[in-house]
Amino acid sequence: MKKDMICIVCPIGCHLEIEEDEKSLLGFKVTGNQCKRGQEYAIEEITNPKRILTSTVKIKNAHLSRLPVRTNKPVPKDKIFECMKEINKVEVTAPIRVGDVIIKNILGTGADVLASRDM
Amino acid sequence: MLSYDIVVIGGGPAGLAAAIQAKKSGIDSILILERDRELGGILNQCIHNGFGIHEFKEELTGPEYADRFIKELINMNIDYKLNTMVLDISKDKIVKAINSKDGFMIIKAKAIILAMGCRERTRGALAIPGTRPSGVFTAGTAQRFINMEGYMIGKKVFILGSGDIGLIMARRLTLEGAQVIGVAEIMAYPGGLARNIMQCLRDYDIPLMLSHTVTEIRGKDRVEGVVVSKVDENRKPIPGTEKYFECDTLLLSVGLIPENELSKKADIELNPVTGGPIVNESMETTVSGIFACGNVLHVHDLVDYVTEESRRAGENAAKYVKGKLYDSGEIIKTIPGKGIRYIVPYIIRLENVRDFVNLFMRVDDVYKDVKMIVSSNNITIKELKKRRLVPSEMEKITINVNQLRGKGLSDITIRLEEDADI
Repeated sequence: MKKDMICIVCPIGCHLEIEEDEKSLLGFKVTGNQCKRGQEYAIEEITNPKRILTSTVKIKNAHLSRLPVRTNKPVPKDKIFECMKEINKVEVTAPIRVGDVIIKNILGTGADVLASRDM
Repeated sequence: MLSYDIVVIGGGPAGLAAAIQAKKSGIDSILILERDRELGGILNQCIHNGFGIHEFKEELTGPEYADRFIKELINMNIDYKLNTMVLDISKDKIVKAINSKDGFMIIKAKAIILAMGCRERTRGALAIPGTRPSGVFTAGTAQRFINMEGYMIGKKVFILGSGDIGLIMARRLTLEGAQVIGVAEIMAYPGGLARNIMQCLRDYDIPLMLSHTVTEIRGKDRVEGVVVSKVDENRKPIPGTEKYFECDTLLLSVGLIPENELSKKADIELNPVTGGPIVNESMETTVSGIFACGNVLHVHDLVDYVTEESRRAGENAAKYVKGKLYDSGEIIKTIPGKGIRYIVPYIIRLENVRDFVNLFMRVDDVYKDVKMIVSSNNITIKELKKRRLVPSEMEKITINVNQLRGKGLSDITIRLEEDADI
């Protein structure tokens, strides 16, 4: 069965088509991609969709009341709302440096939540 | 009176890149004037990822992208003033600014770089009928409240307009526990990038209603709901198609307007299509020695392109200060032909370009399988095949100017044509 999708790896947004292909080593045939990452994305999107998660945590002693954070790796799409619950429990105190680990290995996904800026 | 070689107005992505490049081009006397309490501009509230794919070959968040430029700027000891409002600029490059520490300042500059960015179109500009309750926000304002100030703006949200900020906010609000009931877009195609339709709307099953608009806002003190109607091909609401959606918040993501109040004071000529100054190959406006870059010039969809354009402004402002920008020689105008809304730059002075010039443009509709043709005097200079062109995505064409030299050409036109080969 053919499936249409738009690649979200970068803002170019290639229109991809993916279908199962027993002859291929990867098990799928992907068309419409301009780079190799598009192929990887399409296959992963069908087998195990993941997303980089960005949000904020509370911060004390800073000129703003929220610190932006991000996961350093994509997390499974179906765990995003659970991850948000974990992120929303956190409160940090300034000073914080960009790249500081705010939550290590969130929910066992292997992804760390990092600070997105100095504050 | 203060005196600087180059004064940069705005400390967002455009101003940062322009100032850094001017310094790298040998100018030491540079001052950035920033209205906000910190550098980085709009990037500080764009906490999502997707920035820097061209520039750094990685996907950064907005604050991470800004951080790299801010640190470089500080390491280079470039002067900047925060919380500083520029009140006036003049043709002879006198800048008047004010802040609570220095008071009123008159600054004499040899060159000025305009990097003020843009503003959001508001409810007032759309004239949506109905009552005037609280709970109507522009998407960028909501983004700042949630991501920087820590305020949630509503529980049940409808979004008008499918610009990128609106799409990003649809996801952000959903993650923070709000219910986003739908996004209405008056055009027949989405306003934002395809990837944002996918990862912000489709990931969370948020419906996108194309060719629809909000025709009434209801509620006395707070928004209680909106009426949404289908529109015809002339974007007029079709009677009988009204649907009522209960909500407590309406977000507007209906376009950005370059902020050119200062440019007008210096009699800089603006293009009514972009709302930004008319610039030449060096990013210089119609007033000699005043340059413009970033969203004040035309609204970009990628910050990476803002950085590239702003570096060019910074480098050329430095050349101007050193007396190395030339007004003489062959001048070629760029003319948007069929299907093209505008082209930046508007004028190419061949003397100032070594080999290549990048032309940036937007198309006026959705096109499939077309050719973009660059021509002059009916002679084709370049031809590019495009499978898909959309107004929300900026197109870039690189021209080798050596092809244009010494032929007595006065203009080049870019137009779209159906691709007969497909």
